[in-house]
Amino acid sequence: MNAPHEQTPEAKAAYDARFQRIMDCVNLKQPDRMPVVLYATFWLAKYGGITCQELMHDYDKLMEVAERSVLEFDPDVTAPHFLNCGIGNVLEKLDFKQLQWPGHGVGENQPYQYLDREYMMADEYDDFLFDPTGFYLQKYLPRVAGAFSGLDQLPVFPGMAYLRLAGGIRPFAKPGVREAFEKLAAAAEEAETFFNHHLEFVQRVKAHGYPLANGVIAVSPYDYIADYFRGATGMMKDLFRHKDKLHQLLDKACTMLTRQTIAGAKASGHPIVMIPVHWAPDAFMSPKQFNEFWWPPFRKMMMGMIDEGLIPMPLWEADCTKRLETIKDIPEGKCIYWFERTDMVKAFEVLGDRVALRGNLSPSLMTTGTPQEVDAAVKHLVDNVWNQGGKLILDAAFGIPDETPVENVRAMFDAARNYAG
Amino acid sequence: MNDMTDEEKQLVEWLADMYEEEAIALSNKMLLEDGKDPMRVLDLCRAAMDIVGQRFEEGEYFLPELVLAGEMLDNIGAVAKPLIKQTEGGEQAKLGKVLIGTVHGDLHDIGKNIVSFMLDINGFEVKDIGIDVPVQTFIDEINEFKPDVVGLSGFLTLAFDSMKETIEAFGQAGMREQFKIMIGGGQIDETVRTYTGADAFGVNAVEAVNLCRNWMGVAA
Repeated sequence: MNAPHEQTPEAKAAYDARFQRIMDCVNLKQPDRMPVVLYATFWLAKYGGITCQELMHDYDKLMEVAERSVLEFDPDVTAPHFLNCGIGNVLEKLDFKQLQWPGHGVGENQPYQYLDREYMMADEYDDFLFDPTGFYLQKYLPRVAGAFSGLDQLPVFPGMAYLRLAGGIRPFAKPGVREAFEKLAAAAEEAETFFNHHLEFVQRVKAHGYPLANGVIAVSPYDYIADYFRGATGMMKDLFRHKDKLHQLLDKACTMLTRQTIAGAKASGHPIVMIPVHWAPDAFMSPKQFNEFWWPPFRKMMMGMIDEGLIPMPLWEADCTKRLETIKDIPEGKCIYWFERTDMVKAFEVLGDRVALRGNLSPSLMTTGTPQEVDAAVKHLVDNVWNQGGKLILDAAFGIPDETPVENVRAMFDAARNYAG
Repeated sequence: MNDMTDEEKQLVEWLADMYEEEAIALSNKMLLEDGKDPMRVLDLCRAAMDIVGQRFEEGEYFLPELVLAGEMLDNIGAVAKPLIKQTEGGEQAKLGKVLIGTVHGDLHDIGKNIVSFMLDINGFEVKDIGIDVPVQTFIDEINEFKPDVVGLSGFLTLAFDSMKETIEAFGQAGMREQFKIMIGGGQIDETVRTYTGADAFGVNAVEAVNLCRNWMGVAA
C-alpha cells in the first residue's frame, strides 16, 4: 500500500492547472473554465455497488471506489473521501456514542446519523471554562466514547505540583485507567491505519493529477458547542438562560478552534479548510441572535485563519439568504462560500465581488430528477452566475446526495464542460 | 381573552416576551398561593402562545423562542395539571387529530418535536409516534388513532424514498383518502412533495399548523 506514487510531468501540469482554477476563483480572477468538484459520502457506496457498512469499514473497497470515481468523472478537485467515510473501524474501537453508523445502530445500507443529546449539562459551563482539558478528560470524553471511560478517575492536575506529584499520580495505577489506556492505544493504532489510507488516497489521486478540495474539516465556535456539547434544544435555551456563560465559552472556543484548525491545516499542506455550518440558517435564530452569538466568533476564527494564509470554506447549510449582507463582512478574495439551499443567483448578487461560490444543485433534483433536468439546472447556474462573472465552483448542494442515480452525476459533469469549458 | 385582569395580562406578556423566570414565578404564585383556577392559567398560556406563533410568522421569533416557549409551558403544565379537579369541564374540544412520525431510516426529531408542540398548543390532538417508524407501524397507528392529518418527517435525503413508500402503502391499504398527508424536513420541497405523493409540504412549524387548520376548515 505504501509504494510511492510518482507524479508524471503531465500529471503535475494537470494537477497544477486544476488547483489554479480553484485559486483563481478564490482570488476573484477568471479561470480558464468553471471548476467542478466531486464531493460525496455514502453516494460512493451506491456508485461502487457496495454497502454503506463496507464503505465505512473496508479500507480497500473504499480506496477502489473513491479512486475509480475520480478517474471516471474527471473533476477539478475531489473530497478527502477517507476523512469523510473511512472512519468505521476507529469508531468501533472508540465505542463512539455520538453517531449511529451502518452495522452499529442503523442498517448496512444507511448513512451514519448524529445523535443529538446534551453531552455537557447546563450547569457545567464553569467546569469547561475553568479547565477545558480537565473537563474533557474527566467528563466529556467518557460520555462521548466508551474507550475513555476510566479516565474520569484521573487526578485533577491543576494545583498539583512539586512533591505532591509523587502521591498525586497514584490514580494511573487504577484498573479502570489502565484499561482506558489499553483501549485508547488499540483505537489509536486503528486510527493510524485509517489515516495512512487517507494519505495513500491523497497520493494516488495526486499521481493522477487531482488535488483535494480541502485538507481538513473544521467547525464554527457556536456549532461546536451546540452540536457536540449542549445539544440543539439545550443550546437554544442557553441563549436565554445562560447568555453570559455562553458568550464566555464562545470566546474560548473561538481561540481553541482557531489554533487547532491552523495547526491541522498546516500539517495537511492544503490551504482550504471546509467548515460545515449547521446553526446559521435563517430559520434557526433571529438576525439579532445571529449577530450576537453566531457570527462574531466565527468571523474572528475566519480572520485568524486568513491571517495564517488559509482559505476558509464554510458550507452554509439550509437557506442563509437573510445572512448574506452580514457574512459579506470579510476581506475580498480570501474565502469560498459554499451554499446549500440559498439561491445562488442571489448569493452572487450580494457576494460576487467578495468571495468564490460553491454549489448548489438541489438534493431533490439530483435524487429524483432526470439527467435533462440536471443539465438545465447547471445551465441556469452557468447563465446566471458563471457567465455574469461569478467565480462559481460547481457542486451539488452538499455534495452528491447518497441516493443520486449515477446518470445524474454524469449529467452534472457533462453539462459543466458543455456550458462552461 | 379580552377580560383579563392586570396580573393576567402581565403573565401573558412575560410568557410572550420570553421572561421565563418572572413568568414562572407569577404562574406559581397564581396556582399555588392564590388558588387560581388552573384551567384559567392554561388559557392564559394559550393566549401567550398565540402571540408567540404570530411573532414567529411575522419573522420576529425563531426556533429558540419556540423551544423556550415549549419549556415554559411544560413547567407551568406540570404544576397546573395535578390541580385540575376531575369534575371540571375537562379539555377543550380539539380541532382535529394529527398523527406524526419520522419515516423509516431517519433518526432526526428536532423539527418533528417542534411541529408536534405547535400543533398541540394550537388545539390539535397530536400523537407523535417517534423516529425511524416502519411503514406497518404507521398503518397500525392510523387504524387505531384515526387521524385527520398524517405528518411525515425526515431530514435525510433517504427520507424521500421512505416517504414515497409509506404513502404508497397507505394507498395499498385502502386508507389514502381517509386523511391528508403533509411532509416536512430539511430537504423537503415541491419536487419531493410531487415525488412522494403527499398533499402538501411545509418549511416550518407554523406552516404545519396552517395546513392543518385549512384542512380542518378552521379560520387561520
